[in-house]
Amino acid sequence: MNHVIFAPIVLPLITAILLMLLAGRRRLIRSISLLSATALVGVTACLLMLASDGEIRLYAPGNWAPPFGIILVLDRLSAMMLMVTAVLAFFSLAYAVRGHDAPGDRLHGMVHFLLVGVNGAFLTGDLFNLFVFFEILLISSYGLLLHGRGVERARSGLHYVIVNLIGSALFLMGVSALYGITGSLNMADLGDKMAKLDPADAPLAATAGILLLVVFGLKAAMAPFYFWLPRAYAAASAPVAAMFAIMTKVGVYSIIRVYTQIFGDNAETLANFAWFWLWPIALVTLVMGLLGALSARELRVQIAYLVIVSVGTLLAGIALNREAGLAASLYYLVHSTLICGAMFLLADLILRQRGELLDHIAEGPRLRQSALLGVLFFIGAVAVAGLPPFSGFIGKLLLLNAAGANDDALVLWLIVLGGSLLTLIALSRSGSMFFWQTKDKIATAPAADLGALLAVIGLFCCVGAVTVLANPVLDYTQAVARQLLEPGAYLQAVQQFRVR
Amino acid sequence: MEVLVAVVIAVLVSCGVYLLLRARTFPVILGLTLISYAVNLFIFVMGRLRSGAPAVIGSSDTYADPIPQALVLTAIVIGFAMTAFLLVLSLRARAELGNDHVDGGAAIGEKPAKPVRPLEEDEV
Repeated sequence: MNHVIFAPIVLPLITAILLMLLAGRRRLIRSISLLSATALVGVTACLLMLASDGEIRLYAPGNWAPPFGIILVLDRLSAMMLMVTAVLAFFSLAYAVRGHDAPGDRLHGMVHFLLVGVNGAFLTGDLFNLFVFFEILLISSYGLLLHGRGVERARSGLHYVIVNLIGSALFLMGVSALYGITGSLNMADLGDKMAKLDPADAPLAATAGILLLVVFGLKAAMAPFYFWLPRAYAAASAPVAAMFAIMTKVGVYSIIRVYTQIFGDNAETLANFAWFWLWPIALVTLVMGLLGALSARELRVQIAYLVIVSVGTLLAGIALNREAGLAASLYYLVHSTLICGAMFLLADLILRQRGELLDHIAEGPRLRQSALLGVLFFIGAVAVAGLPPFSGFIGKLLLLNAAGANDDALVLWLIVLGGSLLTLIALSRSGSMFFWQTKDKIATAPAADLGALLAVIGLFCCVGAVTVLANPVLDYTQAVARQLLEPGAYLQAVQQFRVR
Repeated sequence: MEVLVAVVIAVLVSCGVYLLLRARTFPVILGLTLISYAVNLFIFVMGRLRSGAPAVIGSSDTYADPIPQALVLTAIVIGFAMTAFLLVLSLRARAELGNDHVDGGAAIGEKPAKPVRPLEEDEV
């Protein structure tokens, strides 16, 4: 067993506990927090190299053999997700340590607890543990969302918490129904049991599967379960909103994992039943997100709707259930997570220079650093909308290419290309209001902090790197897709796993 | 026996859903609590109903499935913590919003909420 696999859970956990104990010593907390995030980037890069050889590595924290013991599984997909999370966390925390973690110093500890939950969810090979890690990431996200004061935060926090508690109840029902049918909770073993399922039990298993789809859809903010997202993300503080860009992707990841591993090609009567539902839902999510982005009155709400648009695009690619579609979606996932995080941070820099207007899309004073922020906003808008030369364009191009040539593809082409146009219109509306249609008076706000600016620029550079290194990244995501669509290897790895 | 338990779960869930759809935070929390009771019962029942069977192999002729019992313990603990958190949150929302409406009283026709202002470093 390779103990590095456990590190992405243990490292943030120890850091979080340490940071909680150090309450009050702000400078120390900030340095430890950033240091730990840097170390996490290193660890996940190491895991990414490890996983890139295609072998599926297992780790049994309690030293009990699967299917009864709890296992962590490191394959290409989880390594990739861990890496994206670590990079996003590093830049969010780098932004936060520049005085944007007010009030107090609790934010850092909670971010690291969130990382425990997110990393655990990406690593676990056990459905019930997925639930437990979901709860860890949710309770820290509740804390993060409500961190600081504000009426709007209390209101959107209440919605967010209630919606997610209902989701947790449904998750438990789905998981325990699957256990009741198959007597297993291990994902690989469940996939094996699904292949040998008694046809009489199939409707019940399908019900459990749909319940899980609802739960993951709630986390991923797919239609019609996205109403909690715009308010919550717009009310959160900037580093938190940027971190939350990965949260919807946890839902997307769970959908990919569960419906390729448990209800994948092998699952006899239930093989790939989820894609039938996912396809129309993905398209509706896309359209609703676009309408929201067009009608948003604040920049942060607009970006939150663009997160929903990216989820719709991702789900559409996954629902194609082809290797090419999955690979394109995973590429787009990396791009959209990083760019949405960057846009939330940038929105915070912009609104700090607009006085009382904040990010309200209306005529206001001229920004102090209009040129610099304007250029960044322009780059961000082009990347989010999926125009060349950035990675969003490559992702969308691959997605449209993967759709093939049929009626479904025609609908996808229309919505995705129209969506790019509408995203651009929405962002140019807010951008021109912020940077061009301004009063002569310059806002009295201080210039943006250099460290915070560098954090935003760093995230943009990561998006740039995903663009420039598109070929190796794509090779990797294609390998991920191949591995996912052959659940046999995963099952074999679990069956042959022996604890010492 | 199975039918009775199924009916109990169904009644708990339907009462929970009814309460969830209420407009005030307290009934909503009660609804969530009822639903989590139903879910706990459901998990427990998924190990099949059997009386007089301990969850230990070898201590008697029959034994009960121990895994759902472990799962339900975890679910109870998590559900308990989440309910406690939600209670505190709804008290805070009541204090900040001035009412206990789940939408914070901002019903149709009212002005939309103002964007949230970020706090400065030394502001508490």
